[in-house]
Amino acid sequence: MSTLDLSRWQFGLTTVYHFLFVPLTIGMVLLVAIFQTVWTKSGDEKFLKLTKFFGKIFLINFAMGVVTGIVQEFQFGMNWSDYSRFVGDIFGAPLAMEGLLAFFFEATFIGLWIFGWGRLSKKIHLATIWITVLGVWLSAYFILAANSFMQNPVGFEMNPVKNRAELVDIGAVLTNTVALNQFPHTITASIMFAGAMLVGVSAYHLKRSQYLETMKKSLRFGLWTVLVGGFGTLVSGDGLGLAMVRTQPMKMAAAEALYNTTDNASFSIFTWGTPDGHSELFSIRIPNLLSFLSTHTLNGTVEGLNNLQAQYTQLFGPGDYMPIIWLTYWAFRWMIGLGALAMLIAVVGLWLTRKGKTNLKTWQWNSAIWMVPLPLLAISVGWMFTEMGRQPWIVFKLMKTADGVSPGVSASDVLISLIVFTLLYGALAVVEFKLLMKAIKAGPNDDLIVESTDSEKLAVAY
Amino acid sequence: MQLNEIWFLIVGVLFIGYFVLDGFDFGVGMAIPFISKDDIDRRVIINTIGPVWDLNETWVLVAGASLFAAFPEWYASLFSGFYLALLIMLAALIGRGVAFEYRGKGETQRWKNTFDWMIFIGSAVPALLWGVAFSNIVQGVPLNEQHIYTGNLFTLLNPYGLLGGLVTLSLFFTYGLVFITLKTEGDVRDRARVLANKVGLVAVLLAAGFLIWTLIAHFTVIGLLLSAIAAVTLILALVLNALHREGWSFVNLVITVIAAVGSLFAALYPNVLPSTTNPAYSLTIQNASSTDYTLTVMTWVVVFSLPLVLAYQAWTYWVFSKRVSRKSIPNKAH
Repeated sequence: MSTLDLSRWQFGLTTVYHFLFVPLTIGMVLLVAIFQTVWTKSGDEKFLKLTKFFGKIFLINFAMGVVTGIVQEFQFGMNWSDYSRFVGDIFGAPLAMEGLLAFFFEATFIGLWIFGWGRLSKKIHLATIWITVLGVWLSAYFILAANSFMQNPVGFEMNPVKNRAELVDIGAVLTNTVALNQFPHTITASIMFAGAMLVGVSAYHLKRSQYLETMKKSLRFGLWTVLVGGFGTLVSGDGLGLAMVRTQPMKMAAAEALYNTTDNASFSIFTWGTPDGHSELFSIRIPNLLSFLSTHTLNGTVEGLNNLQAQYTQLFGPGDYMPIIWLTYWAFRWMIGLGALAMLIAVVGLWLTRKGKTNLKTWQWNSAIWMVPLPLLAISVGWMFTEMGRQPWIVFKLMKTADGVSPGVSASDVLISLIVFTLLYGALAVVEFKLLMKAIKAGPNDDLIVESTDSEKLAVAY
Repeated sequence: MQLNEIWFLIVGVLFIGYFVLDGFDFGVGMAIPFISKDDIDRRVIINTIGPVWDLNETWVLVAGASLFAAFPEWYASLFSGFYLALLIMLAALIGRGVAFEYRGKGETQRWKNTFDWMIFIGSAVPALLWGVAFSNIVQGVPLNEQHIYTGNLFTLLNPYGLLGGLVTLSLFFTYGLVFITLKTEGDVRDRARVLANKVGLVAVLLAAGFLIWTLIAHFTVIGLLLSAIAAVTLILALVLNALHREGWSFVNLVITVIAAVGSLFAALYPNVLPSTTNPAYSLTIQNASSTDYTLTVMTWVVVFSLPLVLAYQAWTYWVFSKRVSRKSIPNKAH
């Protein structure tokens, strides 16, 4: 394999892996902050237990997000140095803003929150978790603004002498229509996953009839969170879809594998086609839905892959401008399907547990437990869709992925790093999973909230 | 002052901030096997930096991202050129980070020992590699006309680079030991103090050689001044430490780190990555920088955020300013 292929695999591996931890961080920090706020206001000890219990789960996960995040920032320069030279004048700014305005908040105030129990006053301690929420969410915004530049470059001019894109309007970069839509989509989907985590963990204990009082609260709260988060994901996803049609029509065409420009375009839920995917043998279709998703009218025109390919060939010269169609097609469906399934389970769960009922059947509890990974998988394939759907471009219409790779880095160097990251990340995944399961199984027990009566002792320590 | 000059200074300040803060974290991590007798000792040592190591480490992310934003060519050539060195650094930092968080979450001795070793290696390796990296940046590396690095990992392991690495290794070790002396009580504190002066002597000798070498190769008045300050404060720090004035010793070491890293940036200026292949291929603050527009935007961001960052981070250190002792360690880790 070439440096390019290996670098792409490495970026895919490390980014998908990093983003296994990010959604729970984004979503759970909010839920923990809400629990702690309720406790601070009401003094209800159940919510203190929930704060500490889910706070612990949050932190085990948070550590992985932090350490794998360093790799993300370094590898633009390490593996994609020509890309970095080309967009650095623009792309570096949101990254540096993320560091100065968000990471510092996040890293400082999470430390104050973890170790501040018993040292800070209740109100200030509560403020530290809310500032952490702000830091985490701001960081999400800046990195999404950077990513959005790759999807829909705005606010720049080309400098032919230096052969690079240069920033002329930071406001345009930070209010990129893709970023404005991508941000709520990412946040709500993450909240949905955090909700599912609450549901699964609570179901685990309720199935065993333990910690009933606290876990009943978190179950209902989690189910509502999945539903509300899911609804937000749906609405923001619709907005993102519209933005995508305007900015990257090829991606929408690839999402449906729509080869020819069509009015009244239907949306297929399932297709069984010839092995090359160019003609279908069987499909289940919803008439006019693709037109509606793309234009919000039933008979709107949706551009097809072949037409766009011809158009791009004229603009950018000969070449293949289509992403891998089977991948975008199925990733788009799995994203929607898994998210919808999680919402369905949440609705049924809310019905089954109405008026405080907990007499569910074992398979029902198990369904709730197995619902946990659904939103995470949806998020993961969603990102695969949006990043693979951008190909062959690294910056849409400006630079191809093949032109962004580091020219001075050999394939063997990248192979070494790919192996190191695979082994290291694999080992850490095992440890992380073990620790998460251990913390979850331990439950919201009293150990978590025993305040030290000995003033010399630290309330919290490593 | 031109914007790219200001940004050379800002990047320098951010890296100095990183080494001032994460520098003693590295030393603390390296000290564990040398000055602990049991698990409680080890927890005392780790908890001296417990609440702050993450914010300290964040400085490297901010320094790196600012380098990217202000000098994209520097970032691109440096990070792709030092590929394997950075890979080792990343693996070490990842291992250290998770080890702090996870070591207390298992019961067996084997579990804890494994993570203690990860903390040690994850601290010593970056402490060494940062010195190697920065001395090579100052000395210059083989860059071709397109500013692409043409050497390999072993190109970096030259005498000057290795000496620089040993300087940061021994300096950060001393720095961490004095920090432990300042932050603990009892036996751990005594052992840290004694070891600090032994390691400190080695650091003085290595640093003297390195600073003189740097001055001969890249003489500047400001470099000379900073080197002199670094040398004097380092020696003062050791004397003060021996006199049980660890607070002042620590202050002097902070100045040592600031002055030493500052002297490297002074030696580098106006280059950011000199080429040993042909001086004409060097990256400078002119040809590596972003546009004035980007630098102006980023200057406003720094002016607004950095004072705020410094204020709340200082407050954090104040909140956790109490000494850690064996008595203060709770039974269970969080």
